[in-house]
Amino acid sequence: MSLPEPSRRDTRLDPYIDAYAERTHGLTVSAVRALFAVANRPEVVSLAGGMPNIADLPREALAKAVDRLITENGTQAMQYGSGQGEPFMREKIVEVMAEEGIQAHADDVVVTCGSQQALDLVTRVFCDPGDVVLAEGPSYVGALGTFRAYQCEVVHVAMDEHGIDPVALRAALVSLKAGGKRVKFLYTIPNFQNPTGVTQTLERRRELIDIAREHDLLVIEDNPYGLLTLDAEPLPALRSMDADNVVYLGSFSKIFAPGFRVGWTLAPHAVREKLVLTQEAATLCPPVFSQFAIATYLEEFDWRSQIVTYRDMYRQRRDAMLDGLAQHMPEGTTWTVPQGGFFVWVTLPEGLDSQAMLPRAISARVAYTTGTAFYADGLGSRNMRLSFCYPTPERIIEGTRRLGEVLEQELEMHRTFGLGTQTARHYDLTTGPAPDIT
Amino acid sequence: MTDSPTHGPIVVLAGGLSHERDVSLRSGRRVAQALRDQGREVVESDLTPGLVDLLRGLDNPVAFPVLHGGVGEDGGLQQVLTLLDVPYVGSEPAACRRSFNKAVGGPLVAQAGLARPRMAALPHDMFRELGAAALVEALGERIGFPMIVKPARGGSALGCTRVTDVAGLPSAMVAAYSYGDLAVVEEFVEGTEVAVTVVELDGTLIPLPAVEIRPNSGIYDYTARYTAGETRFIVPATLSEEASTACADLAVAAHRVLGLRDLSRADIIVRPDGTPVFIETNVAPGMTETSLLPQAVEAAGYDFGLLCAQLVDNAWARHLAQ
Repeated sequence: MSLPEPSRRDTRLDPYIDAYAERTHGLTVSAVRALFAVANRPEVVSLAGGMPNIADLPREALAKAVDRLITENGTQAMQYGSGQGEPFMREKIVEVMAEEGIQAHADDVVVTCGSQQALDLVTRVFCDPGDVVLAEGPSYVGALGTFRAYQCEVVHVAMDEHGIDPVALRAALVSLKAGGKRVKFLYTIPNFQNPTGVTQTLERRRELIDIAREHDLLVIEDNPYGLLTLDAEPLPALRSMDADNVVYLGSFSKIFAPGFRVGWTLAPHAVREKLVLTQEAATLCPPVFSQFAIATYLEEFDWRSQIVTYRDMYRQRRDAMLDGLAQHMPEGTTWTVPQGGFFVWVTLPEGLDSQAMLPRAISARVAYTTGTAFYADGLGSRNMRLSFCYPTPERIIEGTRRLGEVLEQELEMHRTFGLGTQTARHYDLTTGPAPDIT
Repeated sequence: MTDSPTHGPIVVLAGGLSHERDVSLRSGRRVAQALRDQGREVVESDLTPGLVDLLRGLDNPVAFPVLHGGVGEDGGLQQVLTLLDVPYVGSEPAACRRSFNKAVGGPLVAQAGLARPRMAALPHDMFRELGAAALVEALGERIGFPMIVKPARGGSALGCTRVTDVAGLPSAMVAAYSYGDLAVVEEFVEGTEVAVTVVELDGTLIPLPAVEIRPNSGIYDYTARYTAGETRFIVPATLSEEASTACADLAVAAHRVLGLRDLSRADIIVRPDGTPVFIETNVAPGMTETSLLPQAVEAAGYDFGLLCAQLVDNAWARHLAQ
């Protein structure tokens, strides 16, 4: 070997590689995520993303209302605002929450940039690196990303078709306490959970509140889909059952439109004060123009009727997905039957791995979200989340048909190679698919 | 600004529906910007049903395909451009087909006397019809461990697995078949991993300095390829003068054997004794911020944008000469 030449360039192409914070470890490009690049092409039926379908909003009337807003109130609407959120917005949020039986005061509401930021603020306020956060197994990928960003240890609690398992929750609390772990809160999505579509029963909700009281466990209730019930009246929110132990997260993304990025948190007084100060440090104030626009929508439009329209539309799509799955899934496949929200959780025949077969699905022009994205501990290989919110019913049926073929091919491949029934565990969580959008 | 180019807009084609769409979009944006920085008029386009009309609606367009995988590399797109009589940068359809399919390109290079790892290419139907157990055993005996299993048509290391024993072979085959129905099983070659870019300017094949690849994880997989900081690149590679020359000769020879045109990137592993072994060559090398070709171009003292512009001018000159 000759000596290196003086002009030799030796680089890792990132001069800051040694300067990044420890919490950025693992923020890398991923092959799985890259495969989703084709999902937004029209040839592909994407059952992956969780984008609401907002095509039916009265856009012309909204345009006029926004036009008037700028003309008449533009100097306020385009100005900085309150770190807690505009008072009129918080009053309206209280009205929205009353639809689910929550009695609240506008002073306890903090408006945020989507409920995702509310989750970020709550985690920032409560969690030090190494603290334990409990979450359903599986749980929302965007929440897992937030917990990871604050270097929390996520411990999943088993759930079934009735929601989180109270026995498993008690056992986890006891064992974590015995192990000297600090459990900061339980993160739960009681209604039409993302990714499973499962709704906690009333009985489970009561048990959960009892456990929270017994163990001084703070509950973070994330409820973006609650009003999008498709078959029955909404169940009471956890917050309506216990105002002291529950921090509630809400959002306009699903009941109106996500582009405004307005969500909120309803928290006990002491917590709320810290959230406001943290919000001010993060963004000064939540988007003021969006708050004006949403308040205008709530004031001037029949938003309750719009929710009924959304429910009818999503019901058709949910039914199309359930029909499509019944028609096209091979034997050994099971799935949840959601009563609202956006998602169906599929369990594949034994041995199949949803992450491993994703390239085949992409080639077949159908996309889904791999189950591993929704676990912090490597589980979920045998699962996939299917979204029925965005494609039309016809496209959903076609998507399930393509998916059925992919599963048949994958099963045949497994038979050919005599692969066992053990599915893999994937620990490349940071390399999972993009959160909830495509 | 270069001297009055006589061709019309340059159509940078990127995206497509292959598994490497994301990489292609990034490569395409980089090439388009580099050409604009040279004062060239650029139109960026995905592969869409409107592409033919777009090309027909432009005066004297020249295409610059930057599609990785699928029809961008298997000659399909090049065939369409030929049919439409649109000049383009890069290799002709048949050469693309030869090169992109590892089951074809590898043996061609080996037949020309160039060093290649032991290899077998098998469609999944063979396993189904003849039974997997016997074939898996035969592969183990013939190729030996460790081995690399990869899709015959693909790039960016997608679907590639290093297999160390016979027990790992079935799942590696299934992983490769997830990307296509033909898989290649190849002897794993220990050594220094380098890439040699070959550019064709004024009829001369010029090998650019070899880029040595040292992934932090030890494996140059998708993450290591496209995440800045995950791989150490050394250019020129830390090879002896003889080995460097041998790599350059190998890359040029493979370019010739496969009948490539304008540009290619050969992936080579240099054994500890200095012998380079040809792995594969790419007719549409990556052009992203972390890709190998732009690093080689810079190390050679060329300007990336100027090189892209020269390749366009060459394509246009070929067209005029027809």
